[in-house]
Amino acid sequence: MRRSPLDLVRARPEPPIEFSFDGEPVAALPGQSVAAALWQSGRLAWRRTRVGDRPRGAFCGMGACYDCLVELDGVPNVRACLAPARPGALVRTQQGDGHDELR
Amino acid sequence: MVVIGAGMIGAACADALATRGMRVAVVDRGPVVGGTTGAGEGNLLVSDKAPGPELELAVESLRLWGELAGELGARALEYEPKGGLVVARDQRAFAELRASAELQRAAGVTAVDVPADGLREWEPHLAPGLAGGVHYPQDAQVQPALAAAALLRRARATGRVDLLTATAVTGLAKGRVETDAHGTLHCGAVVNAAGTWGGEVAALAGATLPVLPRRGFVLVTEPLPPLVRHKVYAADYVADVASGSADLQSSAVVEGTAAGPVLIGASRERVGFDRSLSAPVLARLAAQAAELFPVLRDVRVLRAYRGFRPYLPDHLPAIGPDPDRPWLLHACGHEGAGIGLAPATARLIAQLLDGEKPFMDPAAFGPGRFEKEES
Ligand SMILES: Cc1cc2nc3c(=O)[nH]c(=O)nc-3n(C[C@H](O)[C@H](O)[C@H](O)COP(=O)(O)OP(=O)(O)OC[C@H]3O[C@@H](n4cnc5c(N)ncnc54)[C@H](O)[C@@H]3O)c2cc1C
Ligand code: FES
Repeated sequence: MRRSPLDLVRARPEPPIEFSFDGEPVAALPGQSVAAALWQSGRLAWRRTRVGDRPRGAFCGMGACYDCLVELDGVPNVRACLAPARPGALVRTQQGDGHDELR
Repeated sequence: MVVIGAGMIGAACADALATRGMRVAVVDRGPVVGGTTGAGEGNLLVSDKAPGPELELAVESLRLWGELAGELGARALEYEPKGGLVVARDQRAFAELRASAELQRAAGVTAVDVPADGLREWEPHLAPGLAGGVHYPQDAQVQPALAAAALLRRARATGRVDLLTATAVTGLAKGRVETDAHGTLHCGAVVNAAGTWGGEVAALAGATLPVLPRRGFVLVTEPLPPLVRHKVYAADYVADVASGSADLQSSAVVEGTAAGPVLIGASRERVGFDRSLSAPVLARLAAQAAELFPVLRDVRVLRAYRGFRPYLPDHLPAIGPDPDRPWLLHACGHEGAGIGLAPATARLIAQLLDGEKPFMDPAAFGPGRFEKEES
């Protein structure tokens, strides 16, 4: 059985919303960050590093480390741990610096 | 010898003195590069200096930086001899820029005029409509914190250098340096490399040196693919640097870094040690950078930082013995060029302490010059 902190605090969240990650639907509770929703869906990495092309996801979870960068609605370098998940948002894995259009 | 200050200048002095076989204690009230050296950029420029003693010092210093990169490894310093490109917005500014480059050439600087239609070859993303520019191949850069640490490390490897951090100097007299953490240090001479606080250190010995802080902000963008190849700035920057006004001056110097972010620096204003963030200053720097490189318009700035340059009223550093205290040598007040000028400053200090003929006449840097003006 999956344990959820929602039970611990007896939360009664509003119905989940949905956004897309690399074309696949991901459910999120209202107020959740993109990083939290991705984690909840079992995804731990949503970026490849500039040097060495290594996978990265959330590290500090509080906006300080910039490890969790993601492309959100076409804008790269958005911190997934701070960005609220919104219905219909287009979230994509960020490759490197996310600015291939400038190369 | 006691060197007060473990910034770029103190590190270079410790290295130069230890290499000549002298025993040195480097004393800093904070950590290594906890002062302005850790809060600025590492441009090594001849392009922004008019012929005169500072340019002479800079030409020698850039030569020495090249030597240091050879000895310590360019990577250890993040030394990049990338060259500078100064651009002019209109024909009048271009004519002035070419005229000043002509004078600089006579002083040993390599400067190549670039016509308007040649600019994009040097910098593909430059704004259209600029009148022309001048390329300065000698301009280079280092990472200041790495460079200072590398010089201190080499100095300590001689076995003749003690590094005392978290140790404030509280009193100064001939042969004696009082500290809060290590008692009294006995020494033959003292080098005041306390940067923006050089005036306070001089005062401990009863000397006067009018060093003031000149605040500067630097913007750091998100990491980008290589867009900016040289140090690029508009010709007005030189007038900003030379201004004596306390008011805000800013004209962006734009440069790419090895790690990806573009650095946009730096403003100049005299507002004491006020650390508060100034949104108008940051907005102005950003606008000027986007004017030079329109591609930066849609790029995000991740953070900004500030530092306080050690400013002396005539924009020249104080290098040499105190007029009334020959045992106290000042090496501070380098304003916005202390990284660039560090190796040649250290060379002068070492030659003066060794009783050797200095490689250039240090009279213009004489710490006594302000006393004379006042009386
Ligand atoms: C925004 C900005 C951008 C800049 N860009 C450039 C650039 O591109 N190129 C360039 O060449 N320069 C640049 N500079 C200028 C450069 O940073 C300074 O000129 C240089 O760092 C000065 O070095 P320093 O060793 O004299 O001083 P500092 O690095 O400040 O070192 C002085 C040290 O003395 C110590 N100290 C002070 N009082 C005492 C005491 N009583 N006892 C013990 N220790 C004491 C301090 O703790 C400090 O560590 C820039 C500066 C700023 C602010
Ligand atoms: S996880 Fe550290 S900034 Fe988002």
